[in-house]
Amino acid sequence: MSKARLMQGNEACAEGAIAAGVNFFAGYPITPSTEIAESMARLLPKKGGTFLQMEDEIASFGAVLGASLAGAKAMDATSGPGFSLKQELIGYGACAEIPCVLVDVQRVGPSTGQPTAPSQGDIMQVRWGTHGDHPVIALSPWSVRETFDLTVRAVNYSERFRTPVILLMDEMVGHLRERVELPDSVEIYPRRHPHQTRAEGYEPYNPDPDGVPDTADFGQGYHIHVTGLIHDGTGFPSGSPTVTRDDIRRLHEKISSVGEEIIHVEESFLEDAKYAVVAIGGTARTAYEAVREARAEGIPVGLLRLITVWPFADAALHRLAERVDGLLVAELSYGQLVREVERAVHGKTEVRLCGKYDMTSLTPAEILADIKRMAGRDA
Amino acid sequence: MKKELRFSGSGGQGVITAAVLLGEAAALEGREVCQSQSYGPEARGGAAKSEVIISDEAIYHPHVEHPDFVLAMTQKAADKYYKDLTKDGLLLLDEELVPNPPDFPNTRRIPITKLAIEEVGKPLFANIVALGAIVRLTDLVSLDTVKDCVAKRVPPHTVEANEKALRIGYEAAK
Repeated sequence: MSKARLMQGNEACAEGAIAAGVNFFAGYPITPSTEIAESMARLLPKKGGTFLQMEDEIASFGAVLGASLAGAKAMDATSGPGFSLKQELIGYGACAEIPCVLVDVQRVGPSTGQPTAPSQGDIMQVRWGTHGDHPVIALSPWSVRETFDLTVRAVNYSERFRTPVILLMDEMVGHLRERVELPDSVEIYPRRHPHQTRAEGYEPYNPDPDGVPDTADFGQGYHIHVTGLIHDGTGFPSGSPTVTRDDIRRLHEKISSVGEEIIHVEESFLEDAKYAVVAIGGTARTAYEAVREARAEGIPVGLLRLITVWPFADAALHRLAERVDGLLVAELSYGQLVREVERAVHGKTEVRLCGKYDMTSLTPAEILADIKRMAGRDA
Repeated sequence: MKKELRFSGSGGQGVITAAVLLGEAAALEGREVCQSQSYGPEARGGAAKSEVIISDEAIYHPHVEHPDFVLAMTQKAADKYYKDLTKDGLLLLDEELVPNPPDFPNTRRIPITKLAIEEVGKPLFANIVALGAIVRLTDLVSLDTVKDCVAKRVPPHTVEANEKALRIGYEAAK
């Protein structure tokens, strides 16, 4: 019998995390992410891992940062209201370079909003929620199987770049059940470990040539110090302008230096397209259907799906904008992704918004109507 | 082949579980499946809706727009959702809980909850009675596959009662 089974997006996230080596989960349940915590509570102890339900969202992410510093591969999952609470510690994780994954299954906001309804309104908070200059990696899956794959990728990127990585899901995908077949094993990026002794000059925050430090885990035999203050190679705070400048620059460049390698997009029907729809997550599925229907009516339109949301796919959008007559951004919000698309295309083509924020997902007919308007056909 | 089904009622009636079970059976039989739901923040009461799309090809937009089949377990759900049915679609109503059937030609009325109480002993089996009826009325998956899925999902001491509920629903839809 095939290994295919019906699985929910949130369950696939937990399965992906465990496949990628996550052995510590701390969380505080919140709709529509709760099934991730439930699945981790069920699966992790069997693998010798640790599941902790903490007293609140902030403590959960604190526990994750602590566990990671002690050598665990650690993950937390939440939704918008919890994501808001964790902002300070996300910044701490970025500054202290602590590998970990935080899943945000978006729901309608602001505040506690509509707990069970789909939204994509956290795109900008993922990027700019925590204060100060910091880079962000955020990945957004559109299917149950891709949720598994991107969770693995998120864990691997967090280890490779030693930074918190956000898996930006939406309710459409988190609560969706699909027929999936999962792989037996996945490629795992191991924890970076010191390859020098202190006598040889080891300093826990001295970067490797790729800009990422091989910070020792607590308990590994090294004296290490971790702080959210700007620090030098020793890990202790520094008041030096040069150290500050170099540290902030390095935090950005350790990620930007790999260029488009981590910026994944998927193109559909774009070869001869005169128009394109841009979308992420569950909305991209609706857009795909709308694009297919538009093609059937003879409109040359395609779809650009952003799989990596941050860093933003500037180059892909720039290339696309040079050869199409219009872009339609379909998203479940009042308009967030559209602003970033407008920035990326530098006015090279017209950008329109097909946004929705009424608790329901977009329908193919709604996107199709906007495609027709963009293409100058009567909707 | 692509079929869209919507099960509707109020929270606690088990319309989501019924959809998951149908989806599991279809997945086991090799079909592409998308199963989703919408409900309020309440654990009980409030509107609940679940959807299953079963297809031979990849499914993109995962939500149902024009169902080929609607199950309504409350009057409110019946009044709200029958309108979306395709013209050849089928509407299945809980006969007792939907006293005023909407004006839709292809309607089937079965006393689902009453059968669950009288034949299986508890109203909580209503969703499995409904599932048995749905298996027969839609002919999308085999009763045996659904039976296996039910047995795997329910608590062990309730397997027998659930299988009975499934059978009663299947018979009632003759």
